[in-house]
Amino acid sequence: MTGVSDTPGPLASAHAIAAGVRAGTFRAREVLEEHLARVEALEEDVHAFNLVLADSARMAADAVDADVAAGHDLGPLAGVPVALKDNLCTRGVPTTCSSLILGSWKPPYDATVVQRLASAGAVVVGKTNLDEFAMGSSTENSAFGATRNPHDLTRVPGGSSGGSAAAVAAAFAAVALGSDTGGSIRQPASLCGVVGAKPTYGLVSRYGLIAFASSLDQIGPLARSVRDAALLLDSISGPDPADSTCLQDDPPSASARLEGGVEGLRVGLVRELAGAEGISPDVVACTRDAAEALSGLGAKVDEVSLPAAVYGLSAYYIIAPAEASSNLARYDGVRYGMRAANHGTDAADITEMYLRTRSAGFGAEVKRRIMLGTYALSAGYYDAYYGQAQRVRTLIIRDFEAAYETFDVLLAPTAPGTAFELGAKTADPLTMYLNDVCTIPSNLAGHPAISVPFGVGDDGLPVGVQVLAPALGETVMFQVAAALEAAAPPVALPSILSAGRTG
Amino acid sequence: MTVTTTDWETVIGLEVHAELRTETKLFCCCRNSFGEEPNVNVCPVCLGLPGSLPVLNRVAVEYAMRIGTALHCRVQSSIFHRKNYFYPDMPKDYQISQYDIPINAEGWLDLPGGRRVQIERAHMEEDTGKSTHVGGGGRIHEATYSLVDYNRAGVPLVEIVSAPDMRSAEEARAYVDELRSILVATGASDGKMEEGSLRVDANVSVRAKGDGQFGTRCEIKNMNSLRSLGRAIEYEAERQVALITDGGSVAQETRHWDESAGRTGTMRSKEEAYDYRYFPEPDLVPVEPSDEWIASVAASLPRLPAQRRSEIAAASGMGVESESVVTVVRLGLDGYVDAVIASGAGERGTAIAVRRLANEVAAEIGSAAHLTEPAFCRLIAMESDGSLTTAQARTVLRELLDNGGEPDAIAARLGFEAMEAGDLEAVVDQVISAHPDEWSRYVAGEAKLAGFFMNHIKAATEGKADMKAASALLRSRSA
Ligand SMILES: [Zn+2]
Repeated sequence: MTGVSDTPGPLASAHAIAAGVRAGTFRAREVLEEHLARVEALEEDVHAFNLVLADSARMAADAVDADVAAGHDLGPLAGVPVALKDNLCTRGVPTTCSSLILGSWKPPYDATVVQRLASAGAVVVGKTNLDEFAMGSSTENSAFGATRNPHDLTRVPGGSSGGSAAAVAAAFAAVALGSDTGGSIRQPASLCGVVGAKPTYGLVSRYGLIAFASSLDQIGPLARSVRDAALLLDSISGPDPADSTCLQDDPPSASARLEGGVEGLRVGLVRELAGAEGISPDVVACTRDAAEALSGLGAKVDEVSLPAAVYGLSAYYIIAPAEASSNLARYDGVRYGMRAANHGTDAADITEMYLRTRSAGFGAEVKRRIMLGTYALSAGYYDAYYGQAQRVRTLIIRDFEAAYETFDVLLAPTAPGTAFELGAKTADPLTMYLNDVCTIPSNLAGHPAISVPFGVGDDGLPVGVQVLAPALGETVMFQVAAALEAAAPPVALPSILSAGRTG
Repeated sequence: MTVTTTDWETVIGLEVHAELRTETKLFCCCRNSFGEEPNVNVCPVCLGLPGSLPVLNRVAVEYAMRIGTALHCRVQSSIFHRKNYFYPDMPKDYQISQYDIPINAEGWLDLPGGRRVQIERAHMEEDTGKSTHVGGGGRIHEATYSLVDYNRAGVPLVEIVSAPDMRSAEEARAYVDELRSILVATGASDGKMEEGSLRVDANVSVRAKGDGQFGTRCEIKNMNSLRSLGRAIEYEAERQVALITDGGSVAQETRHWDESAGRTGTMRSKEEAYDYRYFPEPDLVPVEPSDEWIASVAASLPRLPAQRRSEIAAASGMGVESESVVTVVRLGLDGYVDAVIASGAGERGTAIAVRRLANEVAAEIGSAAHLTEPAFCRLIAMESDGSLTTAQARTVLRELLDNGGEPDAIAARLGFEAMEAGDLEAVVDQVISAHPDEWSRYVAGEAKLAGFFMNHIKAATEGKADMKAASALLRSRSA
C-alpha cells in the first residue's frame, strides 16, 4: 500500500474523513491503512483491543470505496474507522466481554448499533477491551490483561470502556462506541482526554449489547471532539422494534445546535458533586474554571443542590449488581461458552458443572457483584435493599426535575481525579467504586450526560467536566459541550503520539 | 381410637398452566408449534443468547385478556417480573413471568354442579424448554447426560391460580374439565392435557372436618391426565391423614406424582425450595391495555360453557346439570344443537338432538367432521316426526358419521320407510295369535313377557316398526 500522503493527519475528525471519502479526496482504504499502521506500532503498549479486525475492516473499506466509485449515496460515517467495545455483538466475530466464560462464542447476529454503523458506512477496526462484563472503572478487571492510558502507559485508561477511550485517544480509530451503566463511557473519556457521552435511556437500542444492568445500560459515543461524538450518536440513535425499552419517537438531534453558543442558557453547578468528599482539588478547580468559562460566554451560572445525589452510589451498588446477578445467570456452561466439567469427567452432576464453570469463568469482581446482587434480591432482604434503592432512585429523579425547572443544563466533575497508576485501587473495591460517584446519578435518572476535556490536573493529565441534561435534552447538552470544548485550554497530544512513534 | 377419612376434609387449590395458541412465541417471532424436530423453532431471543431482548407478543396479551374476562377477572395494567432459578431447559436461567401485578386478578368459575371456585389470578409467563434425562431413571441428578429441546422455550402460557376452594378429587377434576372447556371456547388454548398444553399442579392439604384452619399443604406435580389428577389427590390426602393420625405432621414440600407406582414422592423439601428472587423485568415496559381494548375483548368473547348449558337446557327441557347437556357443551357439539333449534325443532326435537350428540356422536367424536349441520337437522326431524324409529335413526346417524351423505337417501337405501299404523296392528295381532300360551300368561300379569312379544314384532317387521307404538298396541290388546 502506497500513497497515504493525501490522507488527513492522525487526529483527523470523523467529519473530515467522511467528507473526504465521499468527495473522493482520499480513499477509505487509505484512511484505514493509516490507522492500522498506528495500531501495529502502538497496540502492544496500549492493549486497547481484544481483537483487531484488519481483514474484515479492509473489505469494508474497499466496499465503501467501490460505492464511491460507483457514485452511490454514502452514509454519514463513510470510511470512518470505528472501534467497538467488546460487549457489542458482532455476527460471526468473537464477543467476549473480556471474560473467560464466553469462551470463543460468536454471536449469530449483529447488535442494532453495529447494523446502523455498517449502513452509515463506518469501518470497524476492532473490538476493544473492557472491565469484565463492564464491571469496573479501570479496565484492569479484564481476563485478557489491562489497557494502558495513551497519555501515560503506567496509568489506567479508566473503565469500563477503557479500551474504546484508549483507542480513540491513541487514534487507533476516529471514534468508538462504549457502554455506560454508571459512568463507563464518561469516566474513561475523562481519564483519556476525549469526549464521551451517555445518551438518555432508551435513545439508543440495547439490542445486542450484552447486558450488565439492563435498567441502567446505555450505548454511547467516544470521540476526540464534541462534533464527532454528536455525529456518531446521531447515526445510532432512534427507535428499534427489537428493544422494548427503546423510545419510539424520533430522537433529538445531538448535532443540531453545536454552533449555538450558551448566551442566555441557565447552567447549574451541582454543589454536592463539585464539592463531594474524595473529589481532588485540581478536578474541582477545573470544574469551576469550566463554569466560569461558560459564564464568560454569556451563560447564567449558579449553584444548584441535588441532595439525594450523594446516595446514588449506594443505590447503584444495589440495583446494578441485582440486575447483573440475573443477567449473568445464563452463563452456566449448558448452551455456549465455557464448560468446566463435561460428560465423562468426574463432575458428579449438573450443580457441580454450574459451580465449576462459573467459578472458573468469572473473575473476582464479577463474582463479588453477583453475590451482592443475589443477596440484595433474597427473600426477606428485597425491600430493605432493592426496594430502598429504587426509592432513592425516585428521589434522585425528583431532585433533577426540580433542578431543571430552573436550569437548562447542569455542570459537575466527571471523575474524582485524573488517571491513576495501574494496580493503585485494585486491592480496595470500595475506593474503586468511588470513581463513579459523579456519573451514577445520570444513569439512575435515565438522563443524558457528556464528559468534555477541560484542563489538566496537577500531574498534567487530562480532566473531564460533565454537562448533564434532562431526558431527551441531547440537543442543548451537546450545544453547551461544544461551547465548553471551544473554551477549554489546549490539550496535549497523548505522549505515545507526540513521541513520534506513529510509524 | 380409629379415625377414618370420613372425619377429614381435603382442601385443594389448583395451578393450571395453559399454553396459548398463538402463531408465534411470547417474546420473539419463532413459531409456536408442537411435535416438531428438536430445536428448529429457536432464535437468539428464545435461546436467551447474550445481548438479546424480549418483545411482547400482542396477540398473547389479547388471549390472556380473553381468558381473564371469561373467568370474570379484573383485567388490569400489569408488569413482568423475573423468576430466577437455575435449570438447563430455561435458557436465561430466569423465567419471565408476572408476580404481584398480574394482568388478570380476582375472578371466579362456576362448576356445572353449581359450586363457585374463586380465581386468584391468571397471569402471563413464558414456557421452558423440555429436558430428556438419559440414564439414572430419568431424573436430572442421576442422569448420564441430558438432552434439551428449546422449541417450547418462550411459548406463551397463562397460569390460572385458584383459591383453595375445592374439597374432593372429583371437584378438582370437574374444575379442570370446566376450565378446559372455557379455554377452548375462548379460542386462547387447545386445552390438551395429553400433549402438555394444559398442565395442572395441585396444592393439597387435609384438616379435621369443622376445623377453620387450613392444614400444611403439599404441592403435587406431574399429573398428565384428569385421571391421574384424581388419583394423585386421593393418594396424597390419604397419605397426609395417615401421617397425622399416626401422630406425625405434614411437611410443606413439593411432591412428584409417579403414575406407574400410583404414589407421590418428595421432590423438593421446604428447605430445598427455590428463592426465586423476583424483581421487575427491566427489559420490558408495563402492559397497559386501554379501556377500549379491554371492552372489545369482552365484546368479542363467544358464549361460554355455563351459558351454553343453560341455553340448551332451556331449549330441550333437560336439566342444566344433565349429563347429556354437560357432555355436548364440553365436547363443543353445541353448534349442532343451535342448528337444530334454528331449524324449528321444538323442545322434544332439541332433546332428541342432545341425546344423539351425547351418545352416538360423542362416541365417534373423531368422525364428527363428516356430519353436516343440515344433515343432522334433517335426521332429528325424521326421528321427531316418526318417519324413523330410534333404532333406524341411530343407524342412519352412524352412516352419516362414517361416510356423510343425506339422511333421506340413506334411509331409502336401507329400506327404512316407516310402517303404516294399520300394517303394525296386523303384525301385532299375528304375533299374539301365534303364541297363545305366552299371551295368556302376559295378560295374567307376567309383565316380563312384553320383551318376548316385542322381539317377535321387531323380527317380523325387520326393525322398521316404531317400537313405542308397538308397545302401546300390545298394552291396549291386553287391557
Ligand atoms: Zn425465538
